[in-house]
Amino acid sequence: MELSDFIHSTGQWLKGTGAHANIVMSSRIRLARNLATRPFPNKARKKELLDVLAAVQSVMTEIDYFKDSIFLKINELDNVDKQFLIERHLMSHEHAANPDGKALVVSKEEILSVMVNEEDHMRIQVMKSGLDLDETWKIADVIDDALSQKLDFAYSIHWGYLTACPTNTGTAMRGSVMLHLPALVMTKQINKVLNAISKLSFASRGFYGEGTQASGNFYQISNQVSMGHTEQDVIQNINGLISQIIEQEEQARQALLLQNKPVLEDKIFRSYGVLKNAHIISSQETVELLSMVRLGIDLDIIKDVDRNAINELFIMIQPAHLQKLEGKKLSASERDIKRASLIRQKIGG
Amino acid sequence: MMCDICGKKKATVHLTEIVDEQMSEMHLCEECARQKSVQMEQQFGLADLLAGLADFGKPMSEAEKIDLQCRNCGMTYEDFRKFGRLGCSECYEAFKGQLATLLKKVHGSNQHLGKTPVRIPQVEKKRIEGLQELKNQLMEAIQMEDFEKAADLRDKIRDLEKKGKK
Repeated sequence: MELSDFIHSTGQWLKGTGAHANIVMSSRIRLARNLATRPFPNKARKKELLDVLAAVQSVMTEIDYFKDSIFLKINELDNVDKQFLIERHLMSHEHAANPDGKALVVSKEEILSVMVNEEDHMRIQVMKSGLDLDETWKIADVIDDALSQKLDFAYSIHWGYLTACPTNTGTAMRGSVMLHLPALVMTKQINKVLNAISKLSFASRGFYGEGTQASGNFYQISNQVSMGHTEQDVIQNINGLISQIIEQEEQARQALLLQNKPVLEDKIFRSYGVLKNAHIISSQETVELLSMVRLGIDLDIIKDVDRNAINELFIMIQPAHLQKLEGKKLSASERDIKRASLIRQKIGG
Repeated sequence: MMCDICGKKKATVHLTEIVDEQMSEMHLCEECARQKSVQMEQQFGLADLLAGLADFGKPMSEAEKIDLQCRNCGMTYEDFRKFGRLGCSECYEAFKGQLATLLKKVHGSNQHLGKTPVRIPQVEKKRIEGLQELKNQLMEAIQMEDFEKAADLRDKIRDLEKKGKK
């Protein structure tokens, strides 16, 4: 598999399938793992980074789960490729910023990916469509075991997995769920929900990563605490919280339908109409309109386009994706044109 | 409008910064904006917050601060306070007392209850075995009725266990 193959498909997590797929975009488990006694990436010299990289790469070639994966050295990628991988939620900005001695491993359907030498020696990510943290955790657990059979992980019986940042020490696990909550936003209840989340030691961030504001009405909820609980307990807590938020979003959607269906339908169909017909469109406008169309599909108001196509567009309309599709660099205004034509091609009548 | 930083490319990103109630606007091209956002993340990261929390441990004299250094990677406790990142797994051993307080503050607990790796690393095995060895010696000393030695061993074990649990 080559990096260039990725542009013609998107990850399994965008399929729009799985439990509660009308509200839950995807579930993700991330584990931080380090090799014992070797300096963490922030403290390591280039030679030491390369040693870790070589050790990890050689072990992965012996593990079946990585058989169909691609192993990318970050310093061999150009800026568009790096941005492309960030846009696909496969790696962080930080990983792209100082590329020496770093790598990214990605499985065929993008369910599994590993950042090597980001903040920790390994950041293992497993991502799936819909609400399915249990299954996502199972996969991450198995892969973690396979790796720890062959590598000495930084671990203490008292403190668990040892990480560069003490906020990750312990299970070194973050579970997160990406939610689409347009009705809670429209009924102005979202801040109430977000406040409650932060009081319960959970964090919320936007669709486009750490530090971003929510756009397209997407909210990614994850646990903050990584010590003093088993992985299963943490997942159960997240599931409990998420099911409450899902219920509130469902109620808000029903309330919108009940109170003023024509207004809602008008908003949804206008959004659909603009997307199908625009010839120049910014990413911000696109994301807002896509969110409305997604809601329209969920409420069975729009019937001639499927959720998967809309989910994919949230990723495909980003700058590096448009440039990869076009096969050349595009300015901001050229991208607005390309974006509109891509959307028309995907969902236009 | 041209980019405020490089002055070469068209500004497409407009940034409003508020520092000490002073508002300033910046107009940046995409490339400079990206660099700026990386800088900002580094400036206002978790590191500051952590460093603040790390100060809550018992107050240390200047001499103690200088002495606190990881023998494996050379990271000093001062550096950890500054950057909020540890240097290697052995830093956890070197700064044990301070980290015990910090972890408890961050997570509400400093006891790992999650999974265990398939292979326990050698360094950790030695620590666990060292404790076991002392316990064996203690049993032996009690059986031999060498109570002076037993008391000494008991203190050592207590000390080790306390360090481990902190």
